[in-house]
Amino acid sequence: MASRALGSGSQPISWTRRLSNSALTIFAVVCSILVIVPLFAIFAYLVIKGIGSINWAFLTQAPKPVGETGGGMGNAIVGSGIILGVASLIGIPLGIGAGVYLAEYGRNWLGNAVRFTADVLNGIPSIVVGIAVWSLVVVTQRHFSALAGGVALGIMMIPTVSRATEEMLLLVPRTIREAAWGLGISQWRATLSVTLKTASAGVITGVMLAFARAAGETAPLLFTAFGNQFWSFNVNQPMAALPLQIFVYAISPYDDWHRLAWAGALVLIILIVGAVTAVRVVTSRGMMKGAT
Amino acid sequence: MVAPHNALRKPVSSGDQAESVMRVVAEKPIAVRRSFADRFADAGFRWLITLCALSVLAIVGFFVYELIVNSQPSLKEFGWHFFVGQDWDPVSGEFGALPFIYGTLVSSFLALLIAVPLSLGVAIYVTEMAPGWVRTPISFLMELLAAIPSVIYGLWAIFVLAPILRVYVGPALAKSLGWTGFFSGPVYGIGMLAAGVILSIMIVPIIASITRDVMAAIPQTQREAVLALGATRWEMVRIAVLRNARTGIIGAIILGLGRALGETMAVTMVIGNRPDITKSLFAPAYTMASVIANEFTEATGTLYASAIVEVGLALFLVTLIVNALAQMLVWMTTRGMPSRAHGQ
Repeated sequence: MASRALGSGSQPISWTRRLSNSALTIFAVVCSILVIVPLFAIFAYLVIKGIGSINWAFLTQAPKPVGETGGGMGNAIVGSGIILGVASLIGIPLGIGAGVYLAEYGRNWLGNAVRFTADVLNGIPSIVVGIAVWSLVVVTQRHFSALAGGVALGIMMIPTVSRATEEMLLLVPRTIREAAWGLGISQWRATLSVTLKTASAGVITGVMLAFARAAGETAPLLFTAFGNQFWSFNVNQPMAALPLQIFVYAISPYDDWHRLAWAGALVLIILIVGAVTAVRVVTSRGMMKGAT
Repeated sequence: MVAPHNALRKPVSSGDQAESVMRVVAEKPIAVRRSFADRFADAGFRWLITLCALSVLAIVGFFVYELIVNSQPSLKEFGWHFFVGQDWDPVSGEFGALPFIYGTLVSSFLALLIAVPLSLGVAIYVTEMAPGWVRTPISFLMELLAAIPSVIYGLWAIFVLAPILRVYVGPALAKSLGWTGFFSGPVYGIGMLAAGVILSIMIVPIIASITRDVMAAIPQTQREAVLALGATRWEMVRIAVLRNARTGIIGAIILGLGRALGETMAVTMVIGNRPDITKSLFAPAYTMASVIANEFTEATGTLYASAIVEVGLALFLVTLIVNALAQMLVWMTTRGMPSRAHGQ
C-alpha cells in the first residue's frame, strides 16, 4: 500500500528499489505457500491411504499375527485412552496447581525459579523424559507398564498446563478478586470458585493443547508403556498405544502393517485436530477472547 | 451494584455515629473474624499449591540426578573420550558418541538452513502484508502443523518424502551440485537429507510463530516513521522491523534449533540409523535421540545402558543451554508482552 502511494508521488522510485520491493513480496508469498503445502500433502495422504482401512474391525480388534490379513488397532486406541487418563490425573492437577501458585503467590524468587524450571522441563527432549521415567518407574517395578507411560506423558503435560493457567489467571481483573474477598469468603474459595472459574475457558484451552500434544507423543512411551500386541487393561502391564503402534508398523516390512499404520495415523490426527479446532472455537467465542 | 452500596452507607450518614464507625474500621481492618477452620483451609490450600509448584523443581532435579547416576559407569570408563570416539561397538564394549553428535548437529543445521528463510518469509507476510482475512487462517494452519505428532511426520516422510527425494530431488542435486561432495554416492531417499528436510518442516511453525510475535511487538510508530521518510515496503521491513526484532528472531531460531536437536521419532524413521560420519548428505546417519530410541530397550549390560544414558545426559545439557539462551533473547525483545509462543 505504502509503495503504491509512493509510486504515485512526484518523485519516481528507482528501479532497483522497486525490484527489491517486489522481490520481498514474492519471497514472502512463496514462503507462505511452501510452508502450507506439506500440511495439505500430509493430510491428503493420511486421508487417501488411511480411509480405506478404517472399519469396524480396525477400531475394535487387536492386531493379527503377520501373514493373516485383517485385525485392527482397537487395543492401541483403548491403551492410548488409559495411558492418557493416567497422564491427565498427574499432569492436570499438578499443572493447574503450579499455575495457580505462580499467578497468585509467584512474585518472588521461588516463583521465578519454578517458572524457569517449567520452561526447562518443556524443552527437555521427550526421549530423555522417557529415560528418566524408565529409571523412576520401570526399574522400581522391574517391568514395563502403562503406569510408567502415563507418568512420562503426565510430566510432559505440566509445563503447558501451568503456563496457560498462570497467563489466564493474570488476565482476571483484580476487581473480581476483591469483590470475592469483599464478600468475606475464604481465600481458597475465592481462588477456586471465582478467579479460576472466571479464567476456566482459557485454562481448559491449555489443558486441551497439552492433552493433544501428549496424545501424539511416541518417544517417551518406547521404554515405559513399551507396546503390546494383545488386549490389556492392567496399568501395571505393558500396554499398546496408538502412536507407538504406528511407529512399529511404519518401520515394519509388511504392506498390510503399513496400511494399518496409515489408518492409525488418520485416527490419531482426527482426534488431535478435533481437539485443537475445538480449542480454537472455544477461545474465539469465549470470554477470554483477547487472551490467546 | 448501586443499591447495596447505598444501603451500606446509610447508617454512616449521621454525625457521631459515622465517626465512630470509621474509627472502628480504621483500627480493625478485618471486620469479619474468620473461623479457625477457614484459616486452616487457607493455609492448607496455599501449602497444596506450593507443593504443586515445587513438584516441578523436584521432577527436573530428579531427572538430572537420575541421568548423572545412571551414566556413571560410562562416565568413569571413557571420560571425555566418549565424545570424540568414533567407534560404537556394543559387542566389544567400545563406545564413542561422535557419530551421533555429528548426525544431530548436521541434521539440525540442515533443518535450520531450510526452515529459517521460510519462517522469516511467512512471518513477514503475516505481519506486514497479509490482509486480515488471510492472517487468521494462516495462523490456524501453522497451529495445525505444530500439532501433528512426530510419528505421523515420520510415517509421511518414509512413504512420501523419501521416494520423492530418491527419484526427483536426489539425482537433480547430484547432477548440479555433485562436485561439492555433499551430494554424492547412491541416493537411497532415506538418509541425512531426508532427516534435515522433515525436521525443517517440523520446526517452521515454531520459528515462524515466535518471529511473528516478536515482529508484532515492534511499535507501529517505527514503521510509520520509516515509511514517512519515503521507504518502500522492503526498506521498511528491513530498517524498522528486522533490525529492531533481530534479537528476538535469533531467539526464535535457537528455540527451533532446540526442538530439532531433541526431535526423535521422525528422524529415527528416515535417517537410516548407521553410525558413520560421511560428508555426503545422501548417506545414512544416526542422531543422539535416535540411538536412544533404537538401542535403549535392547541394551544389555551396565556399560552399554549407561553409555546410552550418557548420550541422553549430553542431549539434555545441550538443549538446556540452547533453550535458556533462546528464552533470554526472545524475552529481551518481547519484554512486557504476554506471549503464548514461549511455551510451545
